[in-house]
Amino acid sequence: MADSTSALALDKPRSPRRPAARRNNFELYSWVFMRISGLALVVLVLGHLFIMNILDGGVHRINFAFVAGRWSSPFWQFWDLSMLWLAQLHGGNGLRTIIDDYARKDNTRFWLKMLLYVAMAVILVLGTLVVFTFDPDIPAS
Amino acid sequence: MSTTASTAAEAGASDRAGASRRSGTFYRGDPGMWSWVLHRITGVLTFFFLFVHVLDTALVRVSPNAYDEVIETYKSPVVNLLEVALVGAVLYHALNGLRVILVDFWSKGPKYQRPMLWGIVGIWVVVMIPGTYFMLERTVSELFGGGH
Repeated sequence: MADSTSALALDKPRSPRRPAARRNNFELYSWVFMRISGLALVVLVLGHLFIMNILDGGVHRINFAFVAGRWSSPFWQFWDLSMLWLAQLHGGNGLRTIIDDYARKDNTRFWLKMLLYVAMAVILVLGTLVVFTFDPDIPAS
Repeated sequence: MSTTASTAAEAGASDRAGASRRSGTFYRGDPGMWSWVLHRITGVLTFFFLFVHVLDTALVRVSPNAYDEVIETYKSPVVNLLEVALVGAVLYHALNGLRVILVDFWSKGPKYQRPMLWGIVGIWVVVMIPGTYFMLERTVSELFGGGH
């Protein structure tokens, strides 16, 4: 958040050089988002893990045909798409907070966040494309 | 800013000299701090797994064989064990997340943060015992029982 030019040199709370703590409400909204998306993810992810790993033989019954069967239903397509977006934004926001907490140099913080945002974009775009363009009749190999 | 360290609220001025662990004014080393540390670790691990998992699922757009081959690795004994760890990590993160929400929004949340921690540990154990059984049942029977 506040930029620290030298390592861990923090100004006193009311010192005049300190930049305004709040330029906008982004951090408030991200805090609220973590809680709302977290509630949704409890259902989405625990449901996903229960079906995929525990129910009815778990991971051993998963293959291409199994995925094709599930994604023939718009319900599961919507389930997986919501889970992808919420989990990626929730996890990305969590990692952003962790980078802010532990990266000491502005430079490190900047590049770690760029890496994070690129990874998030790649996964969101790829995952969304896969859900929407899935073709059950694709050639076997 | 540590958004999840809400249980620090109970700690007040935590590093004050004379603040004792027992009276609940000392945050550092408190179970509340460890619940927060574990929340971060499980969250980061899950995020990294999600990255890999979306990539492997994307193989359904390459070919059924490519997908099936990679999914076979998920069924090997070692990876199967890692799946138990993943489910355990996600389950802890989910339960502790609900606890954090209660601490934040429930008027009595901060007062009961510690009993709630033991509560979620209890729920975690009760869910993980049958969960682990069903996740490893087939792997164990194939490894030691000759399979079927």
